[in-house]
Amino acid sequence: MARKPLDYEELNENVKKVQYAVRGELYLRASELQKEGKKIIFTNVGNPHALGQKPLTFPRQVVALCQAPFLLDDPNVGLIFPADAIARAKHYLAMAPGGLGAYSDSRGIPGVRKEVADFIQKRDGYPSDPELIYLTDGASKGVMQILNTIIRNERDGILVPVPQYPLYSAAISLFGGALVPYYLEEEANWGLDFVNIRQSVAEARSKGITVRAMVIINPGNPTGQCLSEATIKELLQFCYHENLVLLADEVYQQNIYQDERPFISARKVLFDMGPPLSREVQLVSFHTVSKGYWGECGQRGGYFEMTNLPPKTVDEIYKVASIALSPNVPGQIFMGLMVNPPKPGDISYLKFAAERLSIPPLKLLTVKSILESLRKRAHMMTDGFNSCRNVVCNFTEGAMYSFPQIRLPPRAIEAAKRAGKAPDVFYCLKLLEATGISTVPGSGFGQKEGVFHLRTTILPAEEDFPAIMSSFKNFNDSFMQQYEGYSRM
Amino acid sequence: MSTAAVGTPPVTLDTLNPKVLKCEYAVRGEIVTHAQNLQQELQKNPDSLPFDEILYCNIGNPQSLGQQPVTYFREVLSLCDHPALLDKSETHALYSSDAIERAWQILEKIPGRATGAYSHSQGIKGLRDEIAAGIAARDGFHASGDNIFLTDGASPAVHMMMQLLIRSEKDGILCPIPQYPLYSASIALHGGSLVPYFLDEETGWGLEVDELKKQLEEARSKGITVRALVVINPGNPTGQVLAEENQKKIVEFCKNEGLVLLADEVYQENIYVEDKQFHSFKKIARTLGYTDDDLPLVSFQSVSKGYYGECGKRGGYMEVTGFSPEVREQIYKVASVNLCSNVSGQILASLVMNPPKAGDESFESYMEERDGILSSLARRAKALEEAFNSLEGITCNKAEGAMYLFPRLHLTQKAIGAAQAAGTAPDAYYAKRLLEATGIVVVPGSGFGQVPGTWHIRCTILPQEDKIPAIISRFKEFHEKFMDEFRD
Repeated sequence: MARKPLDYEELNENVKKVQYAVRGELYLRASELQKEGKKIIFTNVGNPHALGQKPLTFPRQVVALCQAPFLLDDPNVGLIFPADAIARAKHYLAMAPGGLGAYSDSRGIPGVRKEVADFIQKRDGYPSDPELIYLTDGASKGVMQILNTIIRNERDGILVPVPQYPLYSAAISLFGGALVPYYLEEEANWGLDFVNIRQSVAEARSKGITVRAMVIINPGNPTGQCLSEATIKELLQFCYHENLVLLADEVYQQNIYQDERPFISARKVLFDMGPPLSREVQLVSFHTVSKGYWGECGQRGGYFEMTNLPPKTVDEIYKVASIALSPNVPGQIFMGLMVNPPKPGDISYLKFAAERLSIPPLKLLTVKSILESLRKRAHMMTDGFNSCRNVVCNFTEGAMYSFPQIRLPPRAIEAAKRAGKAPDVFYCLKLLEATGISTVPGSGFGQKEGVFHLRTTILPAEEDFPAIMSSFKNFNDSFMQQYEGYSRM
Repeated sequence: MSTAAVGTPPVTLDTLNPKVLKCEYAVRGEIVTHAQNLQQELQKNPDSLPFDEILYCNIGNPQSLGQQPVTYFREVLSLCDHPALLDKSETHALYSSDAIERAWQILEKIPGRATGAYSHSQGIKGLRDEIAAGIAARDGFHASGDNIFLTDGASPAVHMMMQLLIRSEKDGILCPIPQYPLYSASIALHGGSLVPYFLDEETGWGLEVDELKKQLEEARSKGITVRALVVINPGNPTGQVLAEENQKKIVEFCKNEGLVLLADEVYQENIYVEDKQFHSFKKIARTLGYTDDDLPLVSFQSVSKGYYGECGKRGGYMEVTGFSPEVREQIYKVASVNLCSNVSGQILASLVMNPPKAGDESFESYMEERDGILSSLARRAKALEEAFNSLEGITCNKAEGAMYLFPRLHLTQKAIGAAQAAGTAPDAYYAKRLLEATGIVVVPGSGFGQVPGTWHIRCTILPQEDKIPAIISRFKEFHEKFMDEFRD
């Protein structure tokens, strides 16, 4: 019988090569178990609202008003909306002729892009041009657009950290490029090793690959490390000398859980370095409303900022953006609100700051910030993992994840082989079935050969942590007992 | 330090993905950029141009030209955006009670009422089931929520299918000419070949299966593997609504030739003629007796058109039937890389496919809004069509549906010569002159494809009804002068 175009064998190979473990095998198994009635704790994706974090009130009020502008004419509107939310809704509606239901400029509403530029300027101390800021339906779409612009064929390589957030490997597969890995040093707190990076580049080039770009994720995902200013400087020098465009994924810039290395943007460091680098190094920076203390994943709001890209390239990127017509307008408003939140003196400021400063229900006596709570959870998780047999875990300096190393005994690895699963997948499936904790195996992010990890988030509610960690420990220690057979002193 | 080509930054025009360079999208192309520049000039010097305002008739963006959203939809979305409102008694003073009820129902389908969380990568299950029920009610044939993929507008879904189908430039996709240029752009972006089939202007933009066969055979003789057939019904830019018999022949053609049928049905609720009706291709296929195993079919729908016109929300879906589980997995996988589409858009898609019913509190006002918009669109379509046809040197097919008119310009040799001298295509030249004289922005027909040697413009029917007489008179004035200027 003749092959049909959508028979599996007839599909685009690039699609078949794509892997995205975050919603892969483990997640699908967890969903099956959930349907069967098992209680599942989904820690596979950085999805704060799914684990009980409440949305901030002010942005929801503003968008609800923008969604239904006829409310603004209703004399009763003040009963349920504060005056500054009403004013802010009017502010965004004035920027968006036609309201939320009209395609905006394909790059995003100019007024919102200006708010983003102001935010960047305030953060970094250097002016930012709204014309070079494009809003997107989530940062992921922006990443895909930029990679698609760069990758011409299978000989174009993109330097990607290992472990990495698998959007990068998936996009490179989809666009038919080559992933050039550089390994983060687990023993050095997931630090960058420039010797290793140079080796990777040399090896790729010797295979005929043209290395075009370098991805950094700062703070890291899944690894959480925060880059120091010195490291970013070295990175920029490297990109300058090797002729690479730097793709700076900075979506976790507001999730910082230590004080030694606060967030500093790649753009700020670049401009601090002055010419010639500040005029020559090509840089694209990505941000989102999905992370930070906002966690508004479902809105799909993001942006990328281009630095030192030639105007004709920017035109081409604009052209491709225009085919998708425009990013979703409510998501754009969320972005505007995120970069331009209520200020001291605004009616909603106290409530906004209080929400930013408190999540827990009234029964908790102490007031904690969302970010302070995440910091505490980062510590709890790291310490909890480190107390488990054969588990070693670096501290989560930033982002939302923990990436413990699981030292699997040889007999466990054999059992995995017999079951036809990668060792970390085998472990994670067993963990899931025993405890309902749904994680992502480290192979989904990349790891050194023979070294296994899993990624979990630090997002479950603080009060649930002790139970989760003890459940994990019980499972892990019995697993190790089963496959090792004795306890090491 | 390794040797690298220092001095040539990596991302210049010479080093971009050539597929990006190749693709084009005229709907927001050159003429629109020019219009935006003129608009800025008008803002600075209001009297500097022969018109007061720019009228964007280039893009199907109804609410940017004054169309009002459906109140009930916005009420529900507003409540879902801020679920805390549902806990306040004062909310009843501001929102209709059935909107409140509907918001509760929708939020029940969302785990934790968390509209800010990433949903399932196909979209929230409960909403997909609702959409499937809406499809079944529309067609009279079963639909499953598991076959629905909710996307940020219909366009990303089209891209996903092109990505899946196109392996190399030897893979071809049959597309109507004229077509909505998302198709040509996305085929170019994914490195495939567009195999054109010409709609027949003489017969109201008829789609002949013989033409499909001819183009298919020609492509195959050139070594192209034709994978799919795109049909836009109602058509864009052409506005024709396919007759049922015609649709049956198209389905049979796809079945016989082993093609995937990609049915762009985003204008399904924009029909302006009494003697035509929308029939989904899924309904036609099922009526012919084809089941899920027989025919791979992807149907696209959007919240951007119809009478709701919610372009900025980016809501839409594709219904995928007739595919093996392995292929469905691949589609799911690609969808999962982007995690999910925006949740508010998902909710809106479920409202569009399951609007208020008779007996609901908001039903009457909803129907009034809906009928008001649709009847106004029908009147505007007719008025503009008649106006175009009344002009010397213009012939215009009726807009049976969608949101556009695609009049043909019978340009003189002199006009064509002037265009050549200016280095532009004749229809682009005409569109530019029209813009500069009247502020009206249309898209040159070359942006959509046309029979070589014919020229068209695409003009939307979307400016508000009270503006239409002025648009028509300004257009007439410009056109008559243009004809006089370029008389042979």
